[in-house]
Amino acid sequence: MTNHWVDIKNADVILIMGGNAAEAHPCGFKWVTEAKAHRQARLIVVDPRFTRSASVADLYVPIRPGTDIAFLGGVINYLLTNDAIQREYVTNYTDFTFIVREDFSFKDGVYSGYNPDKRAYDKTTWDYERGKDGYVVTDPTLQHPRCVYNLMKQHYSRYTPELVERTCGSPQEKFLEVCKLLASTANATRAATIMYALGWTQHSIGSQMIRTGAMVQLLLGNIGVAGGGMNALRGHSNIQGLTDLGLMADLLPGYLTLPKEAEQTYDGYIAARTQKPLRPNQLSYWQNYSKFFVSLMKAWWGDAATADNHWGYDYLPKLDKPYDMLAAYELMNNGKMNGYVCQGFNPFGSAPNKAKMTAAFSKLKFMIIMDPLKTETSEFWKNHGEFNDVDPEKIDTEVIRMPTTCFAEEDGSLVSSGRWLQWHWKGADPPGAARNDIEIMSDIFLRLRSLYQKEGGAYPEPIIKLAWPYGHSGEANPEELAREYSGRALADLADPKDPTKILRKAGEQLSGFGELRDDGTTLSGCWIYCGAWSEAGNLMARRDNSDPTGIGQTLKWAWAWPANRRVLYNRASCDPSGKPYNPALSLIAWNGKSWGGADVPDYKIDEAPSENMGPFIMNPEGVARFFARGGMAEGPFPEHYEPFETPLGYNPLHPQDLRAVQNPAARIYPGDREALGKADAFPCVATTYRLTEHFHFWTKHVRLNAIIQPEQFVEIGEVHAKQLGVKAGDRVKVSSNRGFIKAVAVVTKRIKPLTIEGKPVHTVGVPIHWGFIGETKKGYLANTLTPVVGDANTNTPEFKAFLVKVERV
Amino acid sequence: MAERNHPALILRHPTRDRVLHWLLVIAFLFVAASGLALFHPSLFWLTNLTGGGPWTTILHPFIGLVMVVTFIWFAAPKWRVNQLTASDYAWLKGFRYVLSGEEEKLPEVGEYNAGQKVLYFTLMACVLLLAVTGFVIWRRYFAGNFSVRVVRLGALVHAFVAFVLLVSIVVHISAAVWEKGSITSMVRGTVTPGWAYKHRRAWFRDMIRPGAGH
Amino acid sequence: MALQSLDIVRRSATKTPPPSVRGPVPAEVAKLIDTSKCIGCKACQTACMEWNDLRDEVGTCDGTYNNPTDLTAQSWTVMRFAEYENPNGNLEWLIRKDGCMHCADPGCLKACPAPGAIVQYANGIVDFHEENCIGCGYCIAGCPFDVPRISKHDHKAYKCTLCSDRVAVGLEPACVKTCPTGAITFGTKERMKQDAEERIVDLKSRGFEHAGLYDPSGVGGTHVMYVLHHADKPELYSGLAPQPHISRAVRLWKGVTKPLALGAIGLAVLAGFFNYIISGPKEVEPEDDEAARKEQEKAHGRA
Repeated sequence: MTNHWVDIKNADVILIMGGNAAEAHPCGFKWVTEAKAHRQARLIVVDPRFTRSASVADLYVPIRPGTDIAFLGGVINYLLTNDAIQREYVTNYTDFTFIVREDFSFKDGVYSGYNPDKRAYDKTTWDYERGKDGYVVTDPTLQHPRCVYNLMKQHYSRYTPELVERTCGSPQEKFLEVCKLLASTANATRAATIMYALGWTQHSIGSQMIRTGAMVQLLLGNIGVAGGGMNALRGHSNIQGLTDLGLMADLLPGYLTLPKEAEQTYDGYIAARTQKPLRPNQLSYWQNYSKFFVSLMKAWWGDAATADNHWGYDYLPKLDKPYDMLAAYELMNNGKMNGYVCQGFNPFGSAPNKAKMTAAFSKLKFMIIMDPLKTETSEFWKNHGEFNDVDPEKIDTEVIRMPTTCFAEEDGSLVSSGRWLQWHWKGADPPGAARNDIEIMSDIFLRLRSLYQKEGGAYPEPIIKLAWPYGHSGEANPEELAREYSGRALADLADPKDPTKILRKAGEQLSGFGELRDDGTTLSGCWIYCGAWSEAGNLMARRDNSDPTGIGQTLKWAWAWPANRRVLYNRASCDPSGKPYNPALSLIAWNGKSWGGADVPDYKIDEAPSENMGPFIMNPEGVARFFARGGMAEGPFPEHYEPFETPLGYNPLHPQDLRAVQNPAARIYPGDREALGKADAFPCVATTYRLTEHFHFWTKHVRLNAIIQPEQFVEIGEVHAKQLGVKAGDRVKVSSNRGFIKAVAVVTKRIKPLTIEGKPVHTVGVPIHWGFIGETKKGYLANTLTPVVGDANTNTPEFKAFLVKVERV
Repeated sequence: MAERNHPALILRHPTRDRVLHWLLVIAFLFVAASGLALFHPSLFWLTNLTGGGPWTTILHPFIGLVMVVTFIWFAAPKWRVNQLTASDYAWLKGFRYVLSGEEEKLPEVGEYNAGQKVLYFTLMACVLLLAVTGFVIWRRYFAGNFSVRVVRLGALVHAFVAFVLLVSIVVHISAAVWEKGSITSMVRGTVTPGWAYKHRRAWFRDMIRPGAGH
Repeated sequence: MALQSLDIVRRSATKTPPPSVRGPVPAEVAKLIDTSKCIGCKACQTACMEWNDLRDEVGTCDGTYNNPTDLTAQSWTVMRFAEYENPNGNLEWLIRKDGCMHCADPGCLKACPAPGAIVQYANGIVDFHEENCIGCGYCIAGCPFDVPRISKHDHKAYKCTLCSDRVAVGLEPACVKTCPTGAITFGTKERMKQDAEERIVDLKSRGFEHAGLYDPSGVGGTHVMYVLHHADKPELYSGLAPQPHISRAVRLWKGVTKPLALGAIGLAVLAGFFNYIISGPKEVEPEDDEAARKEQEKAHGRA
């Protein structure tokens, strides 16, 4: 979230799209009801199904799964053609005025630089035009045909209400109502917020859907302001922490990136990430990359990280190819990955195409499961009748199950969607022989290290020299780790302006990432968390909910990254002269000498407004980008592409262009492409989702949750059910080209057939949560149905739009 | 047996009838006590007779069932003899003489007088209705099969019919106490010829007809 | 679960007044369920099960979101989901938390034959004291909302207690505490009515002209109230009673019938007794014996 949960109460219009906040985030949803009850906020829900969120919405609009860019592109078109934009904001705080290179083009559904064989782009042309001074050329009059404003206007002019209706199935008049409600916030005093979740991320074009939402918000001037923002609702209590700490194959903590194979030199690596300002006097905060990186290396390798070995850069693996989840299972399936440590993860249920997962796991030599629960993954080899019909005799994989504690059985911090690090305390001892993950990992590490020490082996240094300063018999505890990711001084830190003054003594905890250095004198395991545990103590454990301004800015409650800032880009809540756009919801303001207010300024604290430093300090432009440059895999402006399993077989925006049916830059392996189904055999669009009553695959192990939602079901519309001769409560079989599930039919008015390009298209709802282990009635894993293809940028699998057929059993 | 030792006496209630009657009495006492206990708070103490509240709830329908079955067993063979005749209507018309004990002003009475016959049919109706409504409100096994509306009506009818039954039984007992020799007859089975002559003269004459009765 | 017995204002099958020296009388409480804020998450159901230590069967899906599908002795509250297409052609998903309404004039208490099995506290909560329950199920017949359920295991009647044990020590009911959206609130009935007013104004501003408070007078008002978008049609909410009242059959059965019938039975006994006293026993006189003997002889003679 750019903002935070409590701040949603400040919104005047709330758009829930690509998510179902009431269903999946009922606790946070209280702030939506708060905004409705006390701010007369209007709630819009755009979703393929009339959801629990829709049940309390003022306006519900149906949409075909996977067509959100078409819808939001239509909104952009509406805002631009009706000039319903916050003009001062967009001209000053975005790249509206920037001129794009002349050789950039968009034709037949693809951008310049496309290589169809590689399914990838050469992004050279996706850039701004530079002037003689090296800075980007701009046109403040917005007259230049290649300024971002005009390019965008041209790009989205194709997204008419009529196109929206025939692509998305959303009735035009309802679509226009959404546009009008959103447009009502294109002024200084009203704000709209967008709440989304996996309904946007789990598409082959998911990242671009989110981007389109962000573009709408930028046009309305809703980024950086109270009650606004792009608010990703994270699915697990600590999934935000997972991304922050870089638990992705290509990330390092704090959104630093792992070097690629080509990046063999430290200087090259740093230079590529230290972006010089693209406009005069911009902060371009990533210029400090080396400070964050070196401090991380010092946390990992301690004294062994020296200038000589580039602070440990040489120890880091250099990525030869992607190792995301889908790539890993492809490697397994091809026999190229033989062991798997599966920690707090149930991929047998969570990764697409269960049949492929069975094949891939069956080829492993060993699999280690660390989980508090008996997961389906840990029993992928076991026959559970129709629900997991495998022959254990034919599977040689050795599965080792190590029971861990759950969150309530350990101390630690959880990072919420709003980026708050909230410390929590153990509520109970774990049962049986369960140990917490840190203990288990410590144990494994210590044994591995001693093996490497004894036996040497290939390149033992990174393991042997890893800093391990933890107390009790080598097992780290949560406090030690928290202090480490926050960071401390390794030497006395002198004031750069006055070397006689010592700012921080050696050994002291740092107060923030501003104190980090790239000379090896500071340590921080995750630079964005720097300051969470300062000399003042564990700030994550704070529980003072005082809210001096009454707008929900409880700065003394826990600690938010970065720098305890609650609303990102909050400089944009003030006009260029530093006055709050909406004084009633003021976050920060310029007082003549410095910035301050209800939030921690996301800006250089003493930078006068007259200096024209942009509010988006992480970008080298200083402003927000409508034109993504090379930031996205499939193009600088989001374009609608069909899901990989499309009910149409073509892209309504490019009916003739076969390259542009699906995301041209999304990766799909040959076997997975063969497993895709076509609309003639599988005419319905299915989408998977979660239910309030359950949490992923956890709570099916809990009696209480099993009582309130006991048995697997699928949702089908009344019209569809009538055609199939199915009544509520009947059992149906839902099949995709990859397998089938059987479940009870919930027949509902809440799913209506949509008219897409003149044809009726039925949506089928497939809740996840059921499996063959637990307290609920046994069920099929929903991923039996889903295709193996992911978003082009993140490789998040396309769970939200695929093709099925439904039959009576 | 009593009737053998006193050939002068007339057998009015054979053993079968007496056994069933007193079984009925016992069942009735318990079912009435438990029923009244559930009917009116001031009589809730009567649940003590059947082992307290929950036991009363459990036992009442079963004892009731015993009562119903016994009653039908007892009364069914007497269906024909209880049909009302023209003289019964005359008897009923002169009911004030019944109350004043001036039996000589009434038509002669057969085995059962018209009052007994009316009672017979009243009790028969009550018992059947109680059985039907009893099942409707028998929460443990049956009430769940009926709508709340039917159960409510059932409870009301059950209470009303039980009331009619109770009043009828009070009349029955009063009459038995009043008509000396009746209770003895239900104990011993026999009546004296004088009793029969006075209270059931037509029946008496039938009984002394050669070849009749015993 | 009991509050202090001095707080009991009404007790089933008890005609004498309960202890009533306490004063001032505590304010009546109420739970306000705002259906327009409710998302049907069933957290209230779960909290209810947790606080009251109830674990119902793991059931089946009947083709709806209702689970458990009905109230039971172990499910004291359930969410009921109704899909309603309004006259504008828009869909509404009306979700109602069902359970005991805690009527000011409770039909269950009226119907209950077991002294003290059902009580009403001064704060308005209607509570079952299962230790006094005899399992007759009359409360089921008495309830205008079809709420009480008899356990198949112990044959006692159960229903929502409005967490009388929590309320007694100044806490809100478990469902209120857990409700994530603030759809369920708790306080004095007066305050809840005021809060409802505010909600109704908001709902009317969103086009729900008939928004209103459900506090039905037929049962003297309730201590569980609903804010409804369609207060003119409560039946849209999975059959919420439009005009609930204690059924006439139950009123008759548990009202005048009781004293009248008992009186009549008593009168019958007295009448029999006094008839006996006045008209004397009908005894067989010696002349009857004589007449009988003569007739017998005559009959035998003939023989």
